[in-house]
Amino acid sequence: MPRTRLLVLVASTVLFLGAVPAHAAPDPATGIEFADTMEQRMLACAGCHGKQGEGSRQNEYYPRIAGKPAEYLYRQLVNFRNGRRTYPQMVYFSRHLSDEYLLEIATYYSKLAPPFPTPIQASATKEALARGEVIVRKGDAAKGIPACAACHGKALTGMQPGIPGLVGLYPDYINGQLGAWRTGLRKATEPDCMAKIAAKLSGPDGAAAAAYLAAQPGSPQTLPAPDAKMKLPMACGSQPQ
Amino acid sequence: MNYAKLRSAPILAALVAAALAILDPSSIPTAHAQAPKARVPSATRIPAQTDGEYLARAGDCIACHTARGGEPFAGGLEMLTPFGSLYTPNITPDPETGIGKWSADDFYRALHEGKSKDGSLLYPAFPYPSYTKVTRADSDAIYGYIMSIAPVKRKSTPHKMQFPYNQRNLMIGWRTLYFTAGEYKPDPSQSAEWNRGAYLVLGLGHCDACHTSRNMLGATVKDKELSGGLIPLQDWYAPSLTSNREAGLGQWEVEEVVALLRTGISKRGVVFGPMAQVVHDSLQYITEADTQAMAVYLKSLATAGAPADPIQVRPTDTQSRAAYEAGGKIYDQHCKSCHGSNGQGVPPMYPPLANNQAINMEFSVNPIRMVLFGGFPPSTRGNPRPYGMPPFAYTLTDQQVAEVVTYMRQSWGNRANAVNAVEVAKYRTVPVD
Repeated sequence: MPRTRLLVLVASTVLFLGAVPAHAAPDPATGIEFADTMEQRMLACAGCHGKQGEGSRQNEYYPRIAGKPAEYLYRQLVNFRNGRRTYPQMVYFSRHLSDEYLLEIATYYSKLAPPFPTPIQASATKEALARGEVIVRKGDAAKGIPACAACHGKALTGMQPGIPGLVGLYPDYINGQLGAWRTGLRKATEPDCMAKIAAKLSGPDGAAAAAYLAAQPGSPQTLPAPDAKMKLPMACGSQPQ
Repeated sequence: MNYAKLRSAPILAALVAAALAILDPSSIPTAHAQAPKARVPSATRIPAQTDGEYLARAGDCIACHTARGGEPFAGGLEMLTPFGSLYTPNITPDPETGIGKWSADDFYRALHEGKSKDGSLLYPAFPYPSYTKVTRADSDAIYGYIMSIAPVKRKSTPHKMQFPYNQRNLMIGWRTLYFTAGEYKPDPSQSAEWNRGAYLVLGLGHCDACHTSRNMLGATVKDKELSGGLIPLQDWYAPSLTSNREAGLGQWEVEEVVALLRTGISKRGVVFGPMAQVVHDSLQYITEADTQAMAVYLKSLATAGAPADPIQVRPTDTQSRAAYEAGGKIYDQHCKSCHGSNGQGVPPMYPPLANNQAINMEFSVNPIRMVLFGGFPPSTRGNPRPYGMPPFAYTLTDQQVAEVVTYMRQSWGNRANAVNAVEVAKYRTVPVD
């Protein structure tokens, strides 16, 4: 979808979501709870990602999706549908859904702000956490690795329109995504900056960064930073400049 | 869901037939021995693009001739078979990598006779046993449309079939046994609407590719046409369209069939699995008049009368009684809030489970897979924002899934056989994408 059309759709979807009807109450005769709402439609997703998109702490691979930028979430859904991401259940769900509906879904979750989970005190060593902090805050210039915060924001809550927050995610999930980029299982719009970074990031460095990120607290008020048109350290297809 | 697997069974047939070695090898021409016929311009007028586009939709060409995330009609979709992989070809009008050099005659011959431009025999994964029923005029219209789309340069991926399955001429045996070329012949004793429906169902729609069982050579069984079949390698059951116990439409209203085909949802049930793809890519674009014709034809197939006797009555022994009751508890906890305490659902958004043929039929794979993996009906013009169902593979054990499916199959008037944990375990690991 061209970017201009996407922006129009984002805007109209936001307007549409402003008029969400009240929550349903169960019908005492049938036990059915039904309302013509996005919340109702998204019960299919709630089983893993939580009713508010808060993610699951029972399984490290069901990430928090609430409050991530709409365009980022939309791109992920399209990537699942079109083969750039491969998690079978997500592919199965998105396979026959339209661009318009995927965008509405993405916009819906981008507006939700459930509480963040308690930060995870990773089992990583002090040294690993310190190394993780360096990767996240400063990067490793010698290896050509930019700081995570340079794109994902100082608060690590992402940046509009295409960069996701990294707070509130399980360390194994973050580490898993880095591995998927490294092996080509996960791809993003070219130029695929994360694929390039993951290729340079060693396994232990990735795990250290993931452990540090998971230990950071988040607040529902910390939304993704606005698109500040700040210069990114490298070209990213998901965040055209 | 790899829809491509759907049509791979005929290949098995070709290969087994070949293995029978009943043919005199000297009679088998090589692929290039037959010189292509001289190009003869078709006498038939090529209709406007929209007609051809519509007919291409009815034939669902795009489903197989498009790779995931790829350019439409540029091919490259992998079709898995036990004998190797087929890759659908590029059918955009690119002269080098597509079919830009094909004439309308070449195109018709592919549909009608299952032969490529150079005379080589096409694998019946390309459903020419159905497309042979397409009229010359409709073939020319589709050809006109295909020639009008933007050419895409994408070299067709070579098939990776193992020897001897890569010998296309071995298909001669299969064709002798199972293929008869011939356009659809209207039945004068039936209405024009019925004949239109039959033409669409049996020809372009190629419904029998899934809804007809296949013999051990992988060919569809003639006297069991549209009577249901397990889709090879894909582990979905395409229900019978002739039995009212399955997807027979004898008791459906025509408008309910039209709603299901055009929007993906209806008061009686929703489409899922491979049929969700068919509705998404093809049937949602078919006019009300044409889907109504299909419904009239399909309803006429289901003349077997009332549903057959129940396969098995509700369990009476203590052990199955306990499993049934455990299923009821799981149902109340996980299913009732959408499907209702009496399986009434919220039609058409959430299908009723009571008297739902998909729940009630002998093969239990479909309801098991629905509980395991949930899903969304397709986004269609008539239902652009579908309601979804969560997967329970991650929260329920095999035993629990068996219990709740058994409960649904034996409650509210449903009377189908019980399901056990072994069956659930079998489908838990099938590829869902």
